[in-house]
Amino acid sequence: MAEKVLKQFTVKYWKQNGPKDTNAHFEEKVMKDIPGDTSFLEMLDILNEQLIEEGKEPFVFDHDCREGICGMCSLYINGTPHGKTERGATTCQLYMRKFNEGDVITIEPWRSAGFPVIKDCMVDRTAFDKIIQAGGYTTVRTGAPQDANAILIPKADADEAMDCASCIGCGACVAACKNGSAMLFVSSKVSQLALLPQGRVEAARRAKAMVAKMDELGFGNCTNTRACEAVCPKCETIANIARLNREFIKAKLAD
Amino acid sequence: MWLCNSSIGRKVVMSVTGLALVLFLTFHACMNVVALFSAEAYNQICELLGSNWYALAATAGLGALVVIHILYAFILTIQNRNARGSNRYDKTDKPEKVEWASQNMLALGVIIVLGLALHLFNFWYNMMFAEIVGASNPIGPTEGFEWIKETFANPVFVVLYVIWLCALWFHLTHGIWSGMQTLGWSGHIWFNRWKCISQIWATIVVAMFLIVALAFALCPDCLGGADGKVVPFEMAM
Repeated sequence: MAEKVLKQFTVKYWKQNGPKDTNAHFEEKVMKDIPGDTSFLEMLDILNEQLIEEGKEPFVFDHDCREGICGMCSLYINGTPHGKTERGATTCQLYMRKFNEGDVITIEPWRSAGFPVIKDCMVDRTAFDKIIQAGGYTTVRTGAPQDANAILIPKADADEAMDCASCIGCGACVAACKNGSAMLFVSSKVSQLALLPQGRVEAARRAKAMVAKMDELGFGNCTNTRACEAVCPKCETIANIARLNREFIKAKLAD
Repeated sequence: MWLCNSSIGRKVVMSVTGLALVLFLTFHACMNVVALFSAEAYNQICELLGSNWYALAATAGLGALVVIHILYAFILTIQNRNARGSNRYDKTDKPEKVEWASQNMLALGVIIVLGLALHLFNFWYNMMFAEIVGASNPIGPTEGFEWIKETFANPVFVVLYVIWLCALWFHLTHGIWSGMQTLGWSGHIWFNRWKCISQIWATIVVAMFLIVALAFALCPDCLGGADGKVVPFEMAM
């Protein structure tokens, strides 16, 4: 089967110099003859090569592994975080065959007070690191590696903890939420430990510390719109948010 | 105080007050339906809930729940707008699973509050409040049934009540399951159950209110059973 080639389409991309730039605006570039099997980020590489050849400043965007596992790519494409990818995929796993001839592709940064723009579509997601630093770990001394059957964990719990741990902290949940809430991220990181016996020991302290840090950093209140789970590239669900609520309320009532 | 200072705490307050108000609405809807079958029984309920100390205490408690729920709704909305930042997306594509009601709870809430103000003026102000302050010509508890007839004889009120109840239905379909989710009583299995319960509960409660309003508007003389043909309100005056 012949490969799909996009003969012409327009990329409308956001230009911004830092978080306080009052002159932030969109710029447009017509792209030609891009093969459908080109990844979205490769298309942006081609765009940047052309901009450099024209003597213009390249478009800045975050990326790293380009395998969908690092969580660095953070583009809001045509009104959706990571674009209309297959369920469970990030921007780097979006291919140009998903677009049509003559499309205008709008690219914006994650827009949230918690993620200030560094430049263009690159945003500062240090806030997520700070939330993890507040309690997203275990301090229990686990000693040397144990036998696999030393601590018995139900398979369902281990699977669920693994699903929660698959959150890559990309921030799509915050970007999609009309409240700028980081609850899906925080709840996934609380759940991945709270579901396991090693993590349960500090579950109460962890839930309180991470929620306090999330609030301190200015993320919004969750109103259960489910926009976060609809766009999550790792398919995290709001069942995690219910678990975090449970952990937090129990911890506060026990104080 | 974590109920004021933390995001989850503030949502817990919204959930508890909201769910308490859902229980009150359910009780109120059941009470209203009585009017379809017996004018005398309905008037007895009105009398029971007149200006007695327990009815006044319950009214004060209810008022406090409403005020706290509204106050926290505005606090949460302001905080959420700040968290979103001043820049808005040029293009947004709402995912299918995001319900319209969940994105418009404050707007729906404002419509509900406006409807509540009208409702309180129509019934509470003219009945219980008039009785409390010793107004010269209050609507007595035994005239509750006739007063409903009077009120819904005005088609403007009927239309306003229907709009109000539609907003209430949307608000409840999201509010009930969202409240349980915020209290932590949800998960992979219970999420779908609560969604289903919310739809059914909201539909039954709003339908009970709607049936009474429409029945009194369309066929007031068919209602109230054998004792429904009591002295018309104007004559009783």
